[in-house]
Amino acid sequence: MKIGFYPGCSLTGSSREYNESVAMVAKALDIELVEIKDWNCCGATAAHSMNEELSLSLPARIMAMAEEQGLTEVVVPCAACYNRLKVTQNELEDEQKRARVVDILKQPYKGNLKIINVLQLLEAYGTENIKAKVIQPFTHKVACYYGCLLVRPQSILKFDRVEDPQSMDSLIKVIGGTTMDWAFKTECCGGGFSVSRTDLVAKLSGNILKDASDRGAEALIVACPMCQSNLDMRRGAINKTLETPIDIPVIYITQAIGLALGIGAKELGLKRHFVTVEL
Amino acid sequence: MSKIGVFICHCGENISATVDVERVAREIGEMEGVAYASDYKYMCSDPGQTRIKEAIKKYDLDGVVVGACSPRMHEPTFRKACAEAGLNSYLCEMANLREHCSWVHEKGEETTEKAIDLVKMLVEKVKKDKPLQSIKVPVTKKALVIGGGIAGIQASLDIANTGHQVILIEKDPSIGGHMSQLSETFPTLDCSQCILTPRMVEVAQHPNIKLYTYAELESLEGFIGNFTAKIRLKAKSVNYSTCTGCGACIQKCPVKKIPSEFNAGLGTRTAIYVPFPQAVPNKPVIDRANCNYYKRGACKICEKTCQVGAIEWDKEDEIVSEQVGAVVLATGFDVKGTDFFPEYGYGKFKDVLTGLQFERLASASGPTLGEIRRPSDGVIPKKIVFIACAGSRDPAKGIPYCSKICCMYTAKHAMLYQHKVHDGESTVFYMDIRAGGKNYEEFVRRAIEEDTVNYIRGRVARVYEKDGKLIVKGVDTLLGGEQVEIEADMVVLATAGIASCGSEQLAQKLHVSYDPYHFFAEAHPKLKPVETNTAGIFLAGACQAPKDIPETVGMASGAAVKVAALFSKEELIREPIVAVVNRLAPPLYSTCVGCFMCETACPYNAIEHEEIKGRDGSLIRTIARINEGLCQGCGTCVAFCRSKSIDIQGYTNEEVYAEVMSLLND
Repeated sequence: MKIGFYPGCSLTGSSREYNESVAMVAKALDIELVEIKDWNCCGATAAHSMNEELSLSLPARIMAMAEEQGLTEVVVPCAACYNRLKVTQNELEDEQKRARVVDILKQPYKGNLKIINVLQLLEAYGTENIKAKVIQPFTHKVACYYGCLLVRPQSILKFDRVEDPQSMDSLIKVIGGTTMDWAFKTECCGGGFSVSRTDLVAKLSGNILKDASDRGAEALIVACPMCQSNLDMRRGAINKTLETPIDIPVIYITQAIGLALGIGAKELGLKRHFVTVEL
Repeated sequence: MSKIGVFICHCGENISATVDVERVAREIGEMEGVAYASDYKYMCSDPGQTRIKEAIKKYDLDGVVVGACSPRMHEPTFRKACAEAGLNSYLCEMANLREHCSWVHEKGEETTEKAIDLVKMLVEKVKKDKPLQSIKVPVTKKALVIGGGIAGIQASLDIANTGHQVILIEKDPSIGGHMSQLSETFPTLDCSQCILTPRMVEVAQHPNIKLYTYAELESLEGFIGNFTAKIRLKAKSVNYSTCTGCGACIQKCPVKKIPSEFNAGLGTRTAIYVPFPQAVPNKPVIDRANCNYYKRGACKICEKTCQVGAIEWDKEDEIVSEQVGAVVLATGFDVKGTDFFPEYGYGKFKDVLTGLQFERLASASGPTLGEIRRPSDGVIPKKIVFIACAGSRDPAKGIPYCSKICCMYTAKHAMLYQHKVHDGESTVFYMDIRAGGKNYEEFVRRAIEEDTVNYIRGRVARVYEKDGKLIVKGVDTLLGGEQVEIEADMVVLATAGIASCGSEQLAQKLHVSYDPYHFFAEAHPKLKPVETNTAGIFLAGACQAPKDIPETVGMASGAAVKVAALFSKEELIREPIVAVVNRLAPPLYSTCVGCFMCETACPYNAIEHEEIKGRDGSLIRTIARINEGLCQGCGTCVAFCRSKSIDIQGYTNEEVYAEVMSLLND
């Protein structure tokens, strides 16, 4: 089957391994990802904290381009991009805002694209498929970490249980892993403050890692490039806030599934992490 | 030619702000057959009514149309005024210019034109209206009270004390309701059981009250003054006339681990059980879903223990039929369980409790005999956190309303905890403190100032378990939004009060309206708080909305007075809006051909067979006749009648067509 694909900036830069693993898993599950032509940045945190029109126009252009290409459904792996696209779609149901944005874009925008995240893609098109193709069961006890953007605001995203999401947990169970009840599933990692307030990110991400590690997690499973880079790349700063350093890796759900499907660590980008992955 | 009077009301500004009422009166005044038309600020007021009465006399009117609010609101008012001026009250019609026009449209030309159309329709109808006479029906002076909590108890006692018979039904094995589960009550801290149990006994012993416990309403048919209630008496499996209530069977019952409903799941009970020691009646029932004999066909230990042979294994549910004249609904409320809150542990943490569970811990009759101990390990908590508004005032949780009682009981809980655990530390997270009530604010201040309860204004984002402690993460919004983290031993959620389980189905059985949250709807939010829109059915207590004990008791007494007033008359006047089968002179007698399609269609069994006999007694024809006592005027038979022989009085085909044609003839 064919589905539209919007990688976003992170997946071409700091999170190349997410891109690689998404591509590998999609291929293994016979899902053809059709990249949106001439896509642009979604604006992420920067745009929507500065300028409303810009924050709506950027995602609107991406969706308009996808519509032009004849796509009806687009998978967006980055949680921030996914959030921005969904929120924009919702905001542009307002006639006035929509007219303004169309005027800025100078191109038609219908707003009927189905935007899904990677978990929804795997749930909808792959659960049975994955189960059938597992070669090496992922026999690890892990903590599934959803962060803020994947499930909130629930009224717009309408995806999973907002305080206690389960979709990633079910996928991990499908590939033979064990998940856990823990307290920081949807707590914030510090997000975009990674550069400007590394100290805050270290503290918040430290709380998350500590709870997972205290409860015996061998790894953290994520579906957001921002969360992954904070928890992985900032490990040095994080460990300085903790009494005992934590060395559990932070891997993408697609990497975990890829391993179970027998795809090599290198092809899944597992060598690109700061914290060594030995799973 | 008709002489119709038309009266257009401004309803203060409710109508006149959007509808040009003067124009309506002017244009209607020019209609054929309209003898008089005027407008006035408050038609329902005394001077307004006087205008109508005077016009009827002065212009010798033979029909009146009042363009005002909904007939639900003021039709009786205006009909009464007309009757006082000597006009048959059914020659008075109302055009609803408020709910159907001014409230739902913008100000403008078209709105005024719609108002004119609405009045015009009624003018044409009233021209065809025939004078009708009210129907008189007898009243059964016996009340049915549904629900044996404090609301039902109070209503039953008050009605019974006026000398009328009461049937009180309760679905549980004992009356007492939620109030019997409470420890102490705010704002006086008097013991709930001590003030309630004497009333429970009074109910059981009152000569005018017939008590059915372990019983539910099966169906209710009929109408005000003349209801037939079918009551399901669930099989108790114990013969109450021989059982002495000795309790030996309960001692010996081997199934001991059933979570006790009375203790809100904190304690256990047996399969044959009395819900609590002060229960009324103080005799057991067998919970068949959990009894070994009913589940596996063997055990019968209780039968061997019982000295009087009171166990009845084969007893089946019994349906009894009772004639009653009025119904009081007092089915109370439920509280949301802790499992409703994923952020507070989804009910997984044993030491996260609901307010009702804390009541049981604090109660002398509770599972810990009044000592505050953690359900998980029995340890006395040294740090306790109370979270107010758990679910309430939260549209995202589907409960946007305030549950009203939680601010007060949370203050009480914190106070009781401080009284019992002297070195304990209690914290209350709140949104606002709503302590409206006599001595309520003083009570909360006492908790804060004398009992040193730490009140933090802010919400709790999450509660999670770590190393045997409950970590409560919240925010203090009064101290610059500082984050607060408390390592607590116990957390009590003041969970939202919700409509009691099954209230929607019950409302449908009784044809009583209910709100989006399934609380029963009162007839008017201010002026008819205990009535429902169904005549003869009244409300008491928290089945209408969450409320505290004093308010519940007040409402129950109010409902009782309404019932007593109903029973003070020998006969009730009923609207003659019923179906009639036409009768003509011989040899036709009626256009009814006796097909009795109407009989199959009638939901109220109101169609009878009437035999038309000749002088010699021979049967000429059998036609349909409508029992006007049973007919509810729904009109189904009219639609079914193939020969158009049935009409609804007050809404005849001719009258309704006149309304429709008035619009088409423009």
